Amino acid sequence: MNFLLGKPGWALLFALGLAFPFIARNDYHLTVMSTAYIFALATVGLNLITGYTGQFNLAHSGFMAVGAYTVGILTVDHHVPFWIAFALSGVTAAMLGFFVGIVSLRLKGHYFSIFTLCVGYIMFLVIEKWESLTHGTVGIIGIPAPSPIGPLVFESPRTLYYLVFFFLVLGVWVMHRIVNSLLGRTFMAIRNSDDLAESLGINLMRNKLLAFMLSVFYAGMAGGLYAGFVRFLGPGIAGVENTFDMTMYMLVGGLGTLLGPLLGSLSVPWLTQYLQFLQEYRFIVFGPILVLLVIFLPHGIVGTYMGWRMRRHPQAQAGAAAAPVAAAQTQPEAGRA
Amino acid sequence: MDLFLQQVLNGLTLGGIYSLVALGLTLVYGILHVPNFAHGAFYMAGAFVSFHLMKVWGLNYWIAMLGSALCVAMLATLAERLVFNPLRNASGLHPMIAAIGVLLFLEASAQAIWGADFQRMQTPYTGIIELGGVTAPVQRLLIIAGAFSLMVALQLFLKKTVTGSTIVAMAQNRDGASLVGIDANRVTMLTFAISGMLAAVAATLYAPINLVYPAMGNLVITKAFVIIILGGMGSVPGAIAGGLIIGFAESFGAFYLSTDYKDIIAFGLLVFILSVRPQGLFTKGSN
Repeated sequence: MNFLLGKPGWALLFALGLAFPFIARNDYHLTVMSTAYIFALATVGLNLITGYTGQFNLAHSGFMAVGAYTVGILTVDHHVPFWIAFALSGVTAAMLGFFVGIVSLRLKGHYFSIFTLCVGYIMFLVIEKWESLTHGTVGIIGIPAPSPIGPLVFESPRTLYYLVFFFLVLGVWVMHRIVNSLLGRTFMAIRNSDDLAESLGINLMRNKLLAFMLSVFYAGMAGGLYAGFVRFLGPGIAGVENTFDMTMYMLVGGLGTLLGPLLGSLSVPWLTQYLQFLQEYRFIVFGPILVLLVIFLPHGIVGTYMGWRMRRHPQAQAGAAAAPVAAAQTQPEAGRA
Repeated sequence: MDLFLQQVLNGLTLGGIYSLVALGLTLVYGILHVPNFAHGAFYMAGAFVSFHLMKVWGLNYWIAMLGSALCVAMLATLAERLVFNPLRNASGLHPMIAAIGVLLFLEASAQAIWGADFQRMQTPYTGIIELGGVTAPVQRLLIIAGAFSLMVALQLFLKKTVTGSTIVAMAQNRDGASLVGIDANRVTMLTFAISGMLAAVAATLYAPINLVYPAMGNLVITKAFVIIILGGMGSVPGAIAGGLIIGFAESFGAFYLSTDYKDIIAFGLLVFILSVRPQGLFTKGSN
């Protein structure tokens, strides 16, 4: 199993992703997978603020909607080219995230979560009620497909799949660079103990705000992709249910790991596909699963596996285990998985 | 002036309901320090059980309310035993996510049993009373009377009885309460039962002038969170005061500002207050 960890494992995943359109039997499977990738991108972002920095943001789907509506409104109502609108989707979400962040990040723990829950509701209600801007409950119809770049035309499900896949790979790679940098360690230090982090000279507010903005930037980009991919938008995308879905993906895979959110957001939608007769009622099954996971497997699949591996091979960690550095040392390890 | 009094009446109705829901939430927060996201699902379950008892079993409104209060109290206690008790030592994030799991499960179950449609609950009290130029539907007066007498009863229970004092003691200091021989498990279960009961009564009182549907708890619970943040998490008088503030803000806002945006008013108020006073309106210490 060990050879699967680190670079070879990621290369294998990448190859599988590249080969998927040739394995998939029909376009429907491609669409399911592409949608899963889009939500995976948003979940990877949510994981940065929740899993790595320890602040449970419940407005994440609101920011995704902001990105999606940026693309929708600019392309349909103002005829802005898709790629410019798309580039703005993440930026708009991050800008809004800056203002939400400076107010909400002053709060800690539960207060932050409840505050962002309310912010998410405000976003949803504004999108639903501000008809002159967002078309209200009717939604935005006829969003153009991503315009061609040179010889690349994004019309067929297969090319769209590769487009989404490209952004997911890019997003995960950037996230890998972030969490393994000094910045990523700073975030983890804040998660593990913000008092200790502050006493080490870490500026809490600035770093939390940065994590928050990066996280919602991912949500905005995912939203922009969603708009270009589904080409129809309704206020429902801002609903808190989407955040709950992403939380579930993150938790199934493992909070605060790089692979976890990916694994969760790719496997759960497929499971839902096979439980299709449940559809509306899927939470009768997933609700209790979520509870059982939290009670019995709080670190998710990847987190539990990492813990098991570390117990099996303590010598690999022996050098780092002595000092308080251990905590900081094991975390990037988990992040690299 | 009549219109103004009408808004006061609406504000009292809304405020009464919000206070009841927020009270249950604040009691549980005081004991467990968990924001119980599933509380809105208890509220929804309360409305559906009453609806079912009245429509299918043909029971009287008050008996249905009692039955629903008992059912939801049992449901809440069960949730405490199965979900929150095993997680009482877990970090802050995990009980929150578990509560979301319970919420999603209850909502999907209600949808599977009763369907996603909007239902209307009948009430025996459909009359209208004229009070000095103000028209007051009897059901609204009933809500105000019911909500406020329940609040008084709860306050008396917490202050005057030994069982009630054990809840207060647990909320003040968990270890201290254990030292003087208070059974933590029993008190936690009792608190959950009371919070479920309050949610069910609030839902049954409010449902006849509103609609019954699986997602009905979401907006109410979010507002209840706003209320307990305003009033200070775990504070009983704070929940009542906060409930009334939000109730009045909404009824006057809907009338003088815009009906479309009335749901945003509560959240806007929260954002504004927390921007100015991050520690909440009535709390003295910092969070």
